[in-house]
Amino acid sequence: MTDLENNIQLDKNGRLRHFLSIDGLNKALLNEIMDRAESFESVTAQKVKKVPLLRGKTIVNLFFENSTRTRTTFELAEKRLSADILNINIATSATSKGESLLDTIRNLEAMAVDMFVVRHGESGAAHFIASFVEPHISVINGGDGRHAHPTQAMLDMFTIRKIKGGFENLTVVIVGDILHSRVARSQLRALRMLETKEVRVVAPKTLLPSFTESLGAKVFHDIDAGLKGADVIIALRLQKERMRGALLPSGNEYFNCFGLTEERIKRAKSDVMVMHPGPINRGVEMESRVADGPYSVILRQVTLGISIRMAIMSMAMHSEHAATAK
Amino acid sequence: MTEIQHLDITSLMTNLEQALKKEIHARSLKKTLIIGIHTGGAWVAEKLHSRLGLTDPLGVLNISFYRDDFSQIGMHPQVSPSHLQCVVEGRDVLLIDDVLYTGRTIRAAMNEIFDYGRPNQIVLGVLIDRNGRQIPIQADCVGARIVLESRQRIKLTGPDPLQFVIQDFVS
Repeated sequence: MTDLENNIQLDKNGRLRHFLSIDGLNKALLNEIMDRAESFESVTAQKVKKVPLLRGKTIVNLFFENSTRTRTTFELAEKRLSADILNINIATSATSKGESLLDTIRNLEAMAVDMFVVRHGESGAAHFIASFVEPHISVINGGDGRHAHPTQAMLDMFTIRKIKGGFENLTVVIVGDILHSRVARSQLRALRMLETKEVRVVAPKTLLPSFTESLGAKVFHDIDAGLKGADVIIALRLQKERMRGALLPSGNEYFNCFGLTEERIKRAKSDVMVMHPGPINRGVEMESRVADGPYSVILRQVTLGISIRMAIMSMAMHSEHAATAK
Repeated sequence: MTEIQHLDITSLMTNLEQALKKEIHARSLKKTLIIGIHTGGAWVAEKLHSRLGLTDPLGVLNISFYRDDFSQIGMHPQVSPSHLQCVVEGRDVLLIDDVLYTGRTIRAAMNEIFDYGRPNQIVLGVLIDRNGRQIPIQADCVGARIVLESRQRIKLTGPDPLQFVIQDFVS
């Protein structure tokens, strides 16, 4: 899978062509994405918050799963790049009448689009689409099943880099539902690729997949021990919609054992930053005093998500395949 | 690559400064804002900023996101962002570049400036005005006008010292 993704994500010059997962990319490319995002931040200072980079390009947002933050920040990023946008609401589209995914894609291709942003409940959906689209089209993964959510991971890395300056001296702790989390999978890979000093995961045994340690993370089941000396804490949402079977007694019970409280955060470094990809279940993953408190950078993450998505889309659209097409 | 001895930076700067002063006076420009195009234009603008005694901070424009040829030549991976601290709306602007050649850079720069606001006037000042225009854009103030062959490119290196070099392209 990795080799295949490696081939499909990059063009022959090693530049971004599709953006499907962190897997198969490299440290230089992740830094390039963050550097590019940095330069897009000045666009927000403009009276007209737009640059003409993707003028005349058509981007289709294909969201087979609900999303507010990801969809709206993608849409804003596309608009700030001056692209034309189609939002396909799958619930009311022909897919719900029985059209296959590939037929939907073929029909949209026939309308001369240039990029798909895909969110899908099945792992590998974006990769599947990328392997079948016409050569000039780029595919961006907006989250697929339990597999990957690479743009979220990149905006998290960008937020960490902006506030902490780098990764080499950091202890980053990811707390929560690792099992169902595509965000955690992408974050773990990115943190490792960026050579983070120490990465820990804190989770109940029922919400921890078997591969965690293979991604270079230390596993903790006791939150107090896990938070000790942390520079960055990332809380993950309990994904009730993906939980089949009794993995947890209750949200309340989870909060008692793993919820972030002001008291618990004291075990981390005094300048710790607290992150959450959203949406937050207040009183489950963290108490409001933490979510709204001085350590929280949760809303900053949302803002930075726009420039990171501008960076990724403009890079993918300007690789060799897109430049030479048509 | 040849260094051009006869293009003395000091006298080019003086010529451009004089021409700008004359233009500012003739148009009665008020509280002018100086903006240099990254990178060569920004170096020149920085020098002019102090020579003209301007009070508002120097603006630097990086036009990479506005180029009309990015799909052909791609984009430099690291684009240092534009830096305009002052409001452009309603201002008198001195737009500065090192070399005026095809005119495309200036077009992109003006597109970007208008995305920050609607200036009252823009005066274009360049150190070197060379032949080879592809779109109808002309400089208001120049350090010198020169004629080069189409295979030749002139480039400002710097920032210390500033120096013009000519490169030959074999096509």
